[in-house]
Amino acid sequence: MKTVFVTVGTTRFDELIESVTSPEVTQILKARGYERLVLQVGRGTFVPDADSCAHLSVEAFRFKDSIAEDMRQADLIISHAGAGSCLEALGAGKPLLVVVNDKLMDNHQLELARQLHMDHHLLYCTCSTLIETLKNMDLSVLQPFPPGQPKNFADFLDKALGVK
Amino acid sequence: IHFSLLIHSTDPVHFTDPLQSTDPLSCPSVCPPGGHTTEILRLMDSLSSVYTPRHYVIADTDRMSEDKIVSFESSRGRAPSDLQVHFSIHRVPRSREVHQSWSSSAVSTLNALRFCLPLVFRLRPDMVLCNGPGTCVPLCGAALLLGILGVKKVHIVYVESICRVQTLSLTGRILYRLADYFFVQWSYLRDKYPNAIFLGRLV
Repeated sequence: MKTVFVTVGTTRFDELIESVTSPEVTQILKARGYERLVLQVGRGTFVPDADSCAHLSVEAFRFKDSIAEDMRQADLIISHAGAGSCLEALGAGKPLLVVVNDKLMDNHQLELARQLHMDHHLLYCTCSTLIETLKNMDLSVLQPFPPGQPKNFADFLDKALGVK
Repeated sequence: IHFSLLIHSTDPVHFTDPLQSTDPLSCPSVCPPGGHTTEILRLMDSLSSVYTPRHYVIADTDRMSEDKIVSFESSRGRAPSDLQVHFSIHRVPRSREVHQSWSSSAVSTLNALRFCLPLVFRLRPDMVLCNGPGTCVPLCGAALLLGILGVKKVHIVYVESICRVQTLSLTGRILYRLADYFFVQWSYLRDKYPNAIFLGRLV
């Protein structure tokens, strides 16, 4: 079943949860072939019911020890701009749409999401442009995100510190 | 070579309880709890077993990092009886919370230094590896002092978090001139900070 996974990390982002479960958005998702919506709502006050959407099956939870399995099962991940969530989604090799919470002041976290957007690793919008973005999105433009190279670090240190 | 590695691996973010918080801005969308720990464990994973024993230093308010460190160390395939020899975890008072003012940061950093000094003098590490949380500063201060007093030269290695694309963290700005090896993971930062080492994305 084609699944969308929505994650807000440890934040509260009711506006996103309300937007993605709205009739307009779920209709677009349905039209794009998605059938299941899984929502990780964090500290938000709005937890949608399982039967809240006419077009999609809905599952919602606040937190889990690990959302790796939800990410693995997803065909599209919609996430807040948190660095951890972005990196985890890209690390799982999933198409990622980042929705910026414009009610939050600019903080350094946006730096990473913006850069990853500029490098074509993810799509980027706000709640007010979510409908437009989902309607027009082309996931085939997204570039894979290669894993970091900690070995370069280890090799450098070995040399610098004279470790054999 | 016997390496004693002192690691600082805590997260600087301390979340306000949403139940007591009415200001939407106080619920930050910043690095997830343990984000720095995840990064540092990836770096640790790349280092050979020469870098042993490893002493992890975490803030006393940090609840998640200990589990992550223990599960990481256990996964390196050693007998449980062996683990105690190879790594240990130490707790120090958190030196700075996000949004804490400069003056009260200074006081709590001095407070953390009281714990870091005896710890570093006792462990006498060859290297300190850290990546951003506020408690790095007193830890590196203590390590520097060890060198200044002629007790032991401690190599200070700093790796700025992947989250930092265009600006250094406060800890990064302080340690830029003090670290022996200062790594950044985005080319913008290398351009801005010529002494920084840039080897591409590390984590």
